[in-house]
Amino acid sequence: MNGVHDLGGMHGFGPINPEPNEPVFHHDWERRVFGIMIATFGGGHYNVDQFRHAIERMGPVEYLTGSYYEHWLASLETLLTEHGAITQAELDARRAQLSREAK
Amino acid sequence: MSGHSHTAPPSDPELRIKALESLLVEKKLINPDAIDAIIETYETKIGPRNGARVVARAWVDPEYKARLLADGTKAIAELGFTGVQGEDMVVVENTDEVHNVVVCTLCSCYPWPTLGLPPVWYKAAPYRARVVSDPRGVLLEFGTRLSDDVEVRVWDSNAELRYLVLPQRPEGTEGWSEDRLAALVSRDSMIGTAVVPAQGAAS
Repeated sequence: MNGVHDLGGMHGFGPINPEPNEPVFHHDWERRVFGIMIATFGGGHYNVDQFRHAIERMGPVEYLTGSYYEHWLASLETLLTEHGAITQAELDARRAQLSREAK
Repeated sequence: MSGHSHTAPPSDPELRIKALESLLVEKKLINPDAIDAIIETYETKIGPRNGARVVARAWVDPEYKARLLADGTKAIAELGFTGVQGEDMVVVENTDEVHNVVVCTLCSCYPWPTLGLPPVWYKAAPYRARVVSDPRGVLLEFGTRLSDDVEVRVWDSNAELRYLVLPQRPEGTEGWSEDRLAALVSRDSMIGTAVVPAQGAAS
């Protein structure tokens, strides 16, 4: 599939800036995204090609501005709703509820 | 599949994963304790120390090295490193003539059982875009300067096949134990953005 994920050889992204002594995760939400991906992948909710393809289906701006675990999160949301584990309405309602509770 | 919409406004990832996790737990599709155990495993048990064991063994045991280069997956499994994202491993050897470096231009494929989870720069656009067209320039950003007469080979990983670089054993380590050698082997030297530096005083 042709898309913005096909980055090999593109110009203009600037320096690499490796982080010295980088931790495995930078935020707790990244830990949860990682663990939930492994658990739902292991649970047979999707395969690795579907997971990557769902990342490739992200909008190009969202893809280039999102971090690695944001890509994973988007893929999880896409696949778990498309494959019927949860519905988009449930997800929207739960986000709204958590957002209200956080205020 | 192409009908998927992108209408939902992106919101805070912390809130989004919390919403997802709470629904999956309620539906008994995941167990939060199992998630904690997975996270702990990847934070404490699976990482580049594993790959360093493989490299050090290959440096001290020529027969192991031959097996490693012939069938990476099998030889790595001899040391107990198997599993997700390491199912098909190819080990590429650095020599005086050839320096190897690994990337995944399309995503972030990386040998988890031997190197753990990849660093941010490996997964980000600048490295993925540039290492295939200007590997020497990219290596300089890691402080690695290659001689002009060394051939650079860039290996593009994919979901089915992952690469591990076997760095050159540095000078000044003659007679060292496997443990002592393993401690020298950095993550970046097994990706190919670094080399293992020579040891001892330059006397």
